[in-house]
Amino acid sequence: MIDTFVEQFPILIVTTGVFSAFTILVSGIFSRKIGYYILLFVTAIHFMMSIAILNYVISFGRIHYWIGGWRPPWGIEYVVDHLNAYVLVVILFLSFLSVVFAKRSVEKEIDEKKHPTFYTVMQLLIAGCCGVVVTGDVFNLFVLAEVASLATYALIAIAGGKALRASFTYLILGSIAICFYLLGIGFLYAVTGTLNMIDMRLLLQNIYDNKMVQVAFALVVVGLGIKAAVFPLHTWQPDAYTYAPSAVTLIMSTVVAKTFVYALIRIVFSVFTVNFLQKYINAWELVSWLAAVTIIVGSILAFRQYNIKRMLAYSSIVNVAYIMLGISMFYSYWGLSGALANILNHAVAKGCAFAAIGAIIYKTGLKDVRYYSGLAKKMPYTCGAFLISALTLIGIPPLAGFVTKFYLMLGCLEVKNYTMLAVILLGSLLTLAYFWRVVEEMYFKSVEDENTHGNAEERFNEAPITMLAPTMLLAILCIALGIYWLTSIPLEIIDKMIASMGVILK
Amino acid sequence: MLEAIFEEFFARYNFWTAVLIIFIGIYAAIAKNNLLKKLLGLNLLQTGIFLFFISLGDIGNLQTLGIGDATPPIIWRTAEEKGYMYANPLPHVLMLTGIVVSAATTCVALALLVRIYKEYGTIEEDKILEIEALRGD
Amino acid sequence: MIDCNLAPLFTVISPAIASMLILISHRHPNIREAWTIIATIVTFSFVISMAPKVLSGETVECVLFEMIPGVEFAFKVDAFGMIFAITSSSLWILVSLYSIGYMRSLNEHAQTRYYFCFAWAITSALGIAFSKNLITLFVFYEILTICTHPLVAHEESQEALAAGRKYLLYLMTSGCFLLAASLITYSISGTTDFNPRGILNSEVPEFFLQLLFICYLLGFMKAAYMPFHSWLPTAMIAPTPVSGLLHAVAVVKAGVFGIIRVICYVYGVELTYHLGLGLLLACFASFTVIVANLFAIGEDNLKRRLAYSTINQLSFIILGVSLLTPFAIMGGMMHITFHGYMKITLFLCAGAIAAITGKKLVSELAGVGKRMPITMVAFTIGAIGMSGLPPVAGFLGKWYICLGAVQATEFFNQASYLAFIFVVLTSSILDVVYLFPIVRTAFFTGSNENLEREETKKTIYLFMIIPLLITATFSIALFIFPNALLIFDLAEKAVEDVYGGWLR
Repeated sequence: MIDTFVEQFPILIVTTGVFSAFTILVSGIFSRKIGYYILLFVTAIHFMMSIAILNYVISFGRIHYWIGGWRPPWGIEYVVDHLNAYVLVVILFLSFLSVVFAKRSVEKEIDEKKHPTFYTVMQLLIAGCCGVVVTGDVFNLFVLAEVASLATYALIAIAGGKALRASFTYLILGSIAICFYLLGIGFLYAVTGTLNMIDMRLLLQNIYDNKMVQVAFALVVVGLGIKAAVFPLHTWQPDAYTYAPSAVTLIMSTVVAKTFVYALIRIVFSVFTVNFLQKYINAWELVSWLAAVTIIVGSILAFRQYNIKRMLAYSSIVNVAYIMLGISMFYSYWGLSGALANILNHAVAKGCAFAAIGAIIYKTGLKDVRYYSGLAKKMPYTCGAFLISALTLIGIPPLAGFVTKFYLMLGCLEVKNYTMLAVILLGSLLTLAYFWRVVEEMYFKSVEDENTHGNAEERFNEAPITMLAPTMLLAILCIALGIYWLTSIPLEIIDKMIASMGVILK
Repeated sequence: MLEAIFEEFFARYNFWTAVLIIFIGIYAAIAKNNLLKKLLGLNLLQTGIFLFFISLGDIGNLQTLGIGDATPPIIWRTAEEKGYMYANPLPHVLMLTGIVVSAATTCVALALLVRIYKEYGTIEEDKILEIEALRGD
Repeated sequence: MIDCNLAPLFTVISPAIASMLILISHRHPNIREAWTIIATIVTFSFVISMAPKVLSGETVECVLFEMIPGVEFAFKVDAFGMIFAITSSSLWILVSLYSIGYMRSLNEHAQTRYYFCFAWAITSALGIAFSKNLITLFVFYEILTICTHPLVAHEESQEALAAGRKYLLYLMTSGCFLLAASLITYSISGTTDFNPRGILNSEVPEFFLQLLFICYLLGFMKAAYMPFHSWLPTAMIAPTPVSGLLHAVAVVKAGVFGIIRVICYVYGVELTYHLGLGLLLACFASFTVIVANLFAIGEDNLKRRLAYSTINQLSFIILGVSLLTPFAIMGGMMHITFHGYMKITLFLCAGAIAAITGKKLVSELAGVGKRMPITMVAFTIGAIGMSGLPPVAGFLGKWYICLGAVQATEFFNQASYLAFIFVVLTSSILDVVYLFPIVRTAFFTGSNENLEREETKKTIYLFMIIPLLITATFSIALFIFPNALLIFDLAEKAVEDVYGGWLR
């Protein structure tokens, strides 16, 4: 009984999400406060549902849900396997924390009369991302991706000022990206006559030589690559992350980015399959080189930024490159494990970093790292969390980021690719360079300002609990996850995820 | 030679037109300085894709040179009796959704443009960047 | 899943637990320091309690979990690891006492951070000592780098921060090489567990193994061999107890320890010899031994002079091991402890002088011998030991290494190994050249006016004077009873393990 109930959850998450968005909007007429609590409640429920889904998938296997009872290839099908379920849990968990975090930050940064609409759009964003993750239909993916993207554009623009231009640039580039994707689907539809992923995969099997299929592959990868901010298609991303409100940056860097990375993995592996990649392996090799260039160049660019949010934005680009590097070694178990692990690890670590920065900006309004002197004394917990996230992103053992680095390096050795090994290590050194500037400012420099003299209680000025709690939770997770990965218990799920990506390894 | 090219063009002129529109659209969306023109370019791009999808549905066109071999996808008795081919309705339906999405995108973009104009007093990208540079980070 | 003797685990985590307690009680300095002292004693007793088992040949092993197939996160205590662990944990007790005196009399800032990082440094040093395999070692190696950075940059001045950056740059880079080398080893042999016979075999192309060895050497840049030594003198800007324990014992010894692990337990002595790496490394180390001493002669800052002396002695240990003969390796291993005790005596003296009189340069030391006689006597003992003269422990280390060089001529049938004896002797002479002038300046120069004795003026100073007295006493005691801390037995046992099949 309960099992069949869980099978409805994928669609329920999407539909109730959209419904809740309307409820929040309508509730705004009566009270501007209530919307937030509806969003919080719904996201919490969704998070629990996602855990139930993951649990179900682990014990019973894939969930298929046919919308309206129409059998797949005709109707829209929602499929949840290990990969989706994992990503769904990741994004809903981070959505929930972002929502918790958002309250105070939004109160400060955004006009009160805009609150109901803000939360409406945020709910739409979450629902859209969940939809992208659970759907098994390429066209449905397009629609839900647009729902999520439009919500993102609006959320960025809410900050006003420079965010408007950043949002518009993102809108143009993002829409072009989605159009590429749509065109790619069009090509695939023309040759297969179906939109269902599983069906399409079967029908494509014999026509990998077809030029339409090759072009479609390129279009889809480029399209989703822009959305996931894969170098050199990342140009929209730093501006968007920098100027968006803190809460939005948090949700974008964790939820939205991961959603599109997932979409890319899903389409490449579940629709085109490894056999296709194997056939065009030389072309796919390009991805690993792009990733290598990104890791180096992105880190150097991050080093040049003084605006902390922009620096973290470049760091995100680098981390997506780590994922792409892992995917580019699709014939290596550890490479793929590294990529999949980094979806979670990076979401947690970068979430923590952005949350800490959000809290710092909330309290002090400082965005320039050069003014962070002595901050560790004022906000010890927030800075501690930032320190942990920085160490995680650098890849200090036994934190979560180390696991990514470790697995990817093993992957490189598995395929005897020593260049990439060196690139990963260099990347981690460069990460150290740009994070250590900030840490040094926070911890090893004191302010010579007159105001700061006084006793410890006066100087102590920590962020409110609703911001601190998610930040600290993420920081603890950085440590706990690292150790948990290292115990190699979660590798079981990774194995199944890799299997559900259709990769068969020896 | 030239004839062959023409023939190819006219045989699938709707696809070629779609390609043309898509390219014009991408060019405008990327290269234009005026933000509104960028948006128009985006719309053109989307329209090109719609045209492409709708052309896919017209199976008559795919098989023979003549156009309009297939009827609209309405099932009525005469059509069934005479064995008319009808166009594939699925791409059309897809594009209905696509049009909705495109309209929504345009709405958001226009709203943004209004805000940008209020903020900067211009919608020329280079001028906006100049103003931003003056304002500092 | 956890099958084992938990003693190594407790040993490693007890400083870490102490660090948390230190953090919690940051408002109450006395309680905070009490935690440190308790932790030092607990840790040391854990370490020493394992020694008899190790000597009797029992394996003390603690497997926590498997990280990747064939590589566990595990502790395994062997004789060699014990030497390092005993050295760092016993010195931690003394240095903690000293730190209290030093930090309080200078009224330093951020003391909580200091003790917190210090405890973590010991955790990682012990972790390195007890690691069962390269990956576990790497984990602690990285933690050691990160948690000692705040200690180097403690002063928070521009100079200290620059030193901190340099420190991180060098050591993190070396961490990258180490990780790469460990993983390559894993991909070749499917395991990274240390084995006295070595885990690599000659099936892999020789050239590749030689390259890998260089990668390992770069990985253990903490050993501060030339030309990758410059982080160590720079890091002397740290408070003296830090320079003492970490930059004379824990950190740099971790590097040397790693190199010995790689030579004896990853490559195996036999393979190292076949690849010609021993001689190469010995030449390298000899170069550092001589040149570091030359650098030391020209250095006026007392701590920096001692830092160059450290560089010299570390390469000395490396030289011993790279001779690849039982006596030489034994000498090298024992010298880890001996040098630790002697060098810490010197550093503690330097620190006490700086804290009490405020003098940091060698040229300013005139008359200090009258103001602080106990300290300077201890310093003299340390200096004698450094130069390898009896009756201080340093002599034993050098003696065994020279014996090893002689043994090498028989072993490998090459008289050229005798050249290394000259290296040892030359370096000893140079040691005398730069250390004894300090003693002379302190005691025999300066005006004849009656200077007051300052070192016992305040009670807090005793926290500094007593530990340095103890280390000086130990430096002599270790010469008379080399087995005082079981060091001799342990070194013998370790060498027996390493040569088990090959020699007898």
